[in-house]
Amino acid sequence: MKPPRWASTLLDWWGDPNTVEEVQGDLLELYAYWVKTGGERKARWRYGLSVVKLLRPFAKRKEAYSNPFFLHPAMVRNYLKIAFRNLVKHKGYSGINMGGLAVGMAVAMLNGLWIYDELSFNTYHQNYDSIAQVTERGIRKEGTRYSGTSLPYPLATELKANYQSYFKHILISQQPDDYILAAGDTKLTKKGQFIEAGAPEMLSLKMLRGTWAGLNDPHSILLSASAAEALFGKADPLDKLVRINTKMDAKVTGVYEDLPHNTGFHDIKFLAPFDLWTSVNPWVKEQQWDNWFLFIYAQIQPNTDFDRVSALIKDIELNKLKGLEGQQEQIARQPQIHLLPMRDWHLHGHYNMDDTGPVQFVWLIGLIGVFVLLLACINFMNLSTARSEKRAKEVGIRKAVGSLRGQLIGQFFSESFLVVLLAFVWALVLVTLSLSWFNDVAAKQLSVPWTNLYFWLASVGFTLLTGFVAGSYPALYLSSFQPVKVLKGVIRVGRFATIPRQVLVVLQFTVSVTLIIGTSMVYRQIQYAKNRPVGYSRDGLLMIQKKTAEFSGKYELFRTELKNTGVVSEVAESRSSVTNITMWNGGFSRKGNEIPCPNGCGTLSVTPEYGKTVGWEFRAGRDFERGRTTDSSGLVINESFAKMIGLKNPVGETLVWATNWRKAETYTVLGVVKDMVAMSPYEKTVPTVFLMENYHDWINIRIHPNVSTAVALPKIEAVFRKLVPNAPFDYKFADQEYALKFAAEERIGKLAGFFAGLAIFISCLGLFGLASFTAEQRTKEIGVRKVLGASVFNLWRLLSKDFVKLVVIAFGIATPIAWYSLATWLQNFQYRTEISWWIFAVSGAGALAITLLTVSFQSIKAALMNPVKSLRSE
Amino acid sequence: MKRAFLGEFEEVVLLTVAVLDESAYGVTVTQEIEQKTGRAVGFSTVHTTLQRLEEKGYLSSKMSGATAERGGRRKRFFSVTAAGRKALVDVKSIREQLWDALPPQTLQLMGG
Repeated sequence: MKPPRWASTLLDWWGDPNTVEEVQGDLLELYAYWVKTGGERKARWRYGLSVVKLLRPFAKRKEAYSNPFFLHPAMVRNYLKIAFRNLVKHKGYSGINMGGLAVGMAVAMLNGLWIYDELSFNTYHQNYDSIAQVTERGIRKEGTRYSGTSLPYPLATELKANYQSYFKHILISQQPDDYILAAGDTKLTKKGQFIEAGAPEMLSLKMLRGTWAGLNDPHSILLSASAAEALFGKADPLDKLVRINTKMDAKVTGVYEDLPHNTGFHDIKFLAPFDLWTSVNPWVKEQQWDNWFLFIYAQIQPNTDFDRVSALIKDIELNKLKGLEGQQEQIARQPQIHLLPMRDWHLHGHYNMDDTGPVQFVWLIGLIGVFVLLLACINFMNLSTARSEKRAKEVGIRKAVGSLRGQLIGQFFSESFLVVLLAFVWALVLVTLSLSWFNDVAAKQLSVPWTNLYFWLASVGFTLLTGFVAGSYPALYLSSFQPVKVLKGVIRVGRFATIPRQVLVVLQFTVSVTLIIGTSMVYRQIQYAKNRPVGYSRDGLLMIQKKTAEFSGKYELFRTELKNTGVVSEVAESRSSVTNITMWNGGFSRKGNEIPCPNGCGTLSVTPEYGKTVGWEFRAGRDFERGRTTDSSGLVINESFAKMIGLKNPVGETLVWATNWRKAETYTVLGVVKDMVAMSPYEKTVPTVFLMENYHDWINIRIHPNVSTAVALPKIEAVFRKLVPNAPFDYKFADQEYALKFAAEERIGKLAGFFAGLAIFISCLGLFGLASFTAEQRTKEIGVRKVLGASVFNLWRLLSKDFVKLVVIAFGIATPIAWYSLATWLQNFQYRTEISWWIFAVSGAGALAITLLTVSFQSIKAALMNPVKSLRSE
Repeated sequence: MKRAFLGEFEEVVLLTVAVLDESAYGVTVTQEIEQKTGRAVGFSTVHTTLQRLEEKGYLSSKMSGATAERGGRRKRFFSVTAAGRKALVDVKSIREQLWDALPPQTLQLMGG
């Protein structure tokens, strides 16, 4: 006669533990009573019912006092209110925190946009994943590898004939160049490319007029929207006639949307059929395997991949070369045909495969962005930990009046999230404001992707992360304090509590000092290269390219007409502009001994007045002389070339120049000129010979030194308008062209300077905050010291010492890092400055001075305080 | 001072505890109410009411008197506290005041 087991078990498990004993007893007693009075069935029923009703969910007594859930809306509202009040109360700290963080975030965002732009290069094209450029890879004599894009004409026909099935498109193309486009009276110089008809489809051009089939007609041209507008204004360009370089007639068959700045083809403003170009250059199709001058683009079929196709085609060129005479040098380079996927064009497509190239710069920028942001986060953490000790009492009181730990955590986190969120908003404002300036410096066209989901996800994710990291110390550590101890003042923060903070400050200044040293060094290297003697005179040297056939045979006419204007002191023609070398050859020898040209020597044809025009400085011998017929077999060589001959005085020596494309001839060295910096100002001068032959692309004009450019230009232009009416008067100044050679490094310098400045600014902000905090914390101590007779200087030294120590340590760490990375960086330049110790000394002293300035403001303020006031406070 | 509210069933339970004096615990209170009022009272109701009255301070309790019948478990004996007694007196005096205020003819009509 037992009560139902299930009910007893249920009561055992779920009954209220406080009363379960007597309830079990009472129910047993009652069960016996119920059985007696109403029978067993009824008793069981009543027993079960009573148990169920007594289970805790139904019979639980209410708690005396209930805590709201820590994420309850009312609590969150309270957190935010308290956080906001805290921010307003400590305006200085909040400003430093938020300002530093906003700047750091803005820098990180700019860098992120920059990197995104670099990595998304060319993704504008829909066939991004299947487009490749055919390249030739090989190994030079010295063992370095190269990857060239200039290819022989028959390679394209070979690919089309035997490998077409792997490709959707094989497009042969002339290298992009400047051409004169003429429509009616409008004449413009635009960069364009002659390429086969599949190009618009392969590049998925967005056609505004016409179709992708526009290049099928050999006398057609596709214009970019900007070129079309420049040529025809608002008028409909379709079916209009355009004359290219005064000899190729084409009909506009389409207009495409300009390619965005982050595509490899963005500077190409028109496309025209390859056959149009070969129609006026019939020699192209006669070229054999020994002339590398064309580009080949390809799109592979979807069912194959680049590696497989590359493996199939790699030996085409080598096999052909083996069948030819006189190609031993080329064969020795083991040329391999390779497909360079479009995704590698921008960052991995450079000529010297062994150099790290532009991708290194991308990572460098990323690293700097991360570091600047890290500096800002460190500020944030340092200031919140420093201040958190002050807030220990607050934690004690809050706990004493009933706050739970969860609520305190919520409160501290909401405070840091609020700061980070506000900083993020500020960062967005900063980025928007500085973007155009940044684009200028970085030569980019970035924009904030307001509508990009990933941008927001990354931003929000990052904001949350920063808020969490920065807020975790006070939230998790302070909230664990026991109120009794805190309020009694038992918790003393030991001297080791400040160590993490000091480590972070050292880290900050290590980064800042490294950046400062790096920037100074970059500037010094640029300055060093700028001060390099160029070997000619750049001022007032005007260069005009002979772009059309109209120019030919008019040299004497030009010279007399220009000199007649009275503003020109000399005129000469040359193969290359002074800032370039466009013809490279080897094959020189003296008395049977080869003169080795490592990458080829410059072989530049000039007219006799060239030396006078550009301002050659002779080391030995003499210049060409007009009218001396023997000078046509004379050479003027530069010092680098003279050095390779190895004679003390090479003037008058006889050299033989024999290459496989011209018959061997003997030349006499007439003079030696000082090295001219024609290529990179960071590299050794190219050994060059100048000779008087008749293939010239440039007219060089020396403006009379007493005449200003503004006066001279209209007069020179008038001569050109008269003699070559169909060519636009496009001129270049030698000094401007030369300055362009520094653009890349100057960009690095400017960016690095900008980041270094911000880094030191953010670090100093943090230091300023910390200094004011310690000064505040030590108010009493300072008061007592003053009363006991300490001077202001004593106190200043006392308060500044700690920080100076940290900066000195940071400098000690930064020096080897900077030295090592700069030494590596300088290896990129053959003409480079030394890493001098004084740069380090000056940077270190500068950092120290800035630190002292920052800290002194606070420490002197504290030291000047009236001890009566500071001791009375409490 | 505001008087504490005493529900009707709470009043019955409190009175029963007072009636039973020393021997008031869950079982006896339940049985007493059943017998005296003739209504079927659930044990769980009585139990929670006793708990609530103790929470309100009208009852105090102590554990003792384990028997074999209960499986060796102790009983929780309840006794009325001073506050409890005052509450009962208060309730009674309110009732009396109300009864006294009844007009005689109404009293007659009710059969009193």
